[in-house]
Amino acid sequence: MTALLPRRGLAQILALIVILAVDRVVSPQFFDLRLQDGRLFGSLIDVLNRGTPVALLSLGMVLVIATRGIDLSVGAVMAIAGAIAASLADTHSLAVVLAAALGAGLICGLWNGFLVAVLGMQPIVATLILMVAGRGIAQLITEGRIVTFSSPGLVWLGNGAILGVPVPVAIALGMLILTGAVVRGSALGLLIEATGGNARASELAGVGTRAMILSVYVWCGVCAALAGVIAAADIMGADANNAGLWLELDAILAVVIGGTSLFGGRFSLVLAVLGALIIQTMNTGILLSGYPPEFNLLVKAVVVLTVLLLQSPKLTGFAGIAARLRRTKA
Amino acid sequence: MRGLPPALITAIVLVAGFAACAVQFPNIASTRVVGNLLTDNAFLGIVAAGMTFVIISGGIDLSVGSVIGFTTVFVALAIERWGMPPLVAFVAVLALSAAFGAAMGAVIHVFDLPPFIVTLAGMFLARGASFLLSTESIPITAPIYSTVSDFALRLPGGGRLTAIAIIMLVIVIGGALLLHLTRFGANVYALGGSRATASLMGVAVGTMTVKIYMLSSLLAGIAGIVFSFYTSAGYSLSAVGVELDTIAAVVIGGTLLTGGQGSVVGTFLGVLIQGLIQTYINFDGTLSSWWTKIVTGVLLFVFIALQQGLVALARRPVAKSAGAAT
Repeated sequence: MTALLPRRGLAQILALIVILAVDRVVSPQFFDLRLQDGRLFGSLIDVLNRGTPVALLSLGMVLVIATRGIDLSVGAVMAIAGAIAASLADTHSLAVVLAAALGAGLICGLWNGFLVAVLGMQPIVATLILMVAGRGIAQLITEGRIVTFSSPGLVWLGNGAILGVPVPVAIALGMLILTGAVVRGSALGLLIEATGGNARASELAGVGTRAMILSVYVWCGVCAALAGVIAAADIMGADANNAGLWLELDAILAVVIGGTSLFGGRFSLVLAVLGALIIQTMNTGILLSGYPPEFNLLVKAVVVLTVLLLQSPKLTGFAGIAARLRRTKA
Repeated sequence: MRGLPPALITAIVLVAGFAACAVQFPNIASTRVVGNLLTDNAFLGIVAAGMTFVIISGGIDLSVGSVIGFTTVFVALAIERWGMPPLVAFVAVLALSAAFGAAMGAVIHVFDLPPFIVTLAGMFLARGASFLLSTESIPITAPIYSTVSDFALRLPGGGRLTAIAIIMLVIVIGGALLLHLTRFGANVYALGGSRATASLMGVAVGTMTVKIYMLSSLLAGIAGIVFSFYTSAGYSLSAVGVELDTIAAVVIGGTLLTGGQGSVVGTFLGVLIQGLIQTYINFDGTLSSWWTKIVTGVLLFVFIALQQGLVALARRPVAKSAGAAT
């Protein structure tokens, strides 16, 4: 996996460096870090910290997209998990709270996976159902209020630090390593890619495509729930209306920027997380530069279009022809 | 008649739902409530008609909500700050939105990209553009606005059929005729059935794609103008999330999201079902608005599962006969 990184991830790494450099120009103290109360502070840490929810979402999303699917419900699942965590936080132990919230994410993922893998629904449609209904369910849990809590354990998840590193960042890193170890340490990743490349052929070759599809949606649900818990812990409250709103789009965007094709068949976890960081670095840079945050959307749109055009099968076709011409000349 | 059975089911659900509501709250069965239902959902009906074309052709358009938002801001600014006559402002914004849709269609076709992600970029772009124009809510005081909002046909029973409801009904009827009676409509179905086949049969796939997204954005622009009549203001955050309501209405209306099947009339009924749920919740008073989302989600599931079943049924005999032939 790491051996593939430099060649495939070059564009993304370059993009990140360019954006970081622009941020440095806009805000000279961008790279400053300081240690205070056992926790690192600074714009870079801020980028990592704020990028955590989207990074977690993109970890699940990248696997779903690798099977040629898509999960529109992750934002709603975040809201559900956050609502559950917030309403249980002050009366139950942290273990119970986490189990309940992540369990809810698992059930949501199972539902999506069931619709796609067993009933054979189109992924956009199947996950649209939970996207629409999920926010309603979250509001049902919080009864439409913003539920606040003060449980120190849960607050630590959002604001604490391990060895100076903010807990959310540590969790995201841990999840990246865990997911990477599971899918790339075994044949699982390959089987997921096979399912996305050609589900029927994989099925005939003996890949349990149904189980693969089901499990990626479950994993996506769990990742989304974790992101929801962290987002709730960060603000010490759950707002069913706005938690995770439109983050599904950011997560898809992160995956696409990470070079994973929406047509399935191949994926890179590291690059997807890098995509999430690129988005967040852009957001933070725009905020620091003093431009109105409204520019965010425009910049995002331009980035999406650029990445899309670079990825377009037509253009890769041209690039391939150009490469062949160069080879024949040489 | 393609797509009639699912739309028929939608009609039955609508009538049954309406009857159930009317039993509980007899006042619902009045022209007054029905008139308001049409007025409140006028912009949704218009944009959903356009979305029906896109979805039948096998695509999706996520940008419509943002286009509505952009239109309201543009119209408000043009009339109030730039001193444009309202009609000129309308024409200008419709030209802009049509060009925007055409551009998206062109990108989708030329670069062979998934409509989902291209229109997602379009969604960011249009919303970002409306933020750039203005982030505050701009009231519109032009006389044409009060004239249009005061205009209404009196219905028997005290109901009012407002101008924007009439615009919506005209567009729904026009859309249905365009889809079912013209070559353009037939081509839309052909594209949704199979792009490759349609292309081999001589459908100009590229031109069609551009035209379809142009139509959708144009209708979103009209919906934006109607929305500005409805609220008498332009606001860059208006109609956030409308693309979801629209897609839900189209699906509940019996249009297949994989393309190739569906009807504008079904979509119209789907819009009315969503409006009916909202009306019921308003009448009940104790239910909260989030029930709308949950019930819409449940309805979505039921309709999609139903379609899935119908498609499976339709495919079975074909598979058998194909097996027998070989």
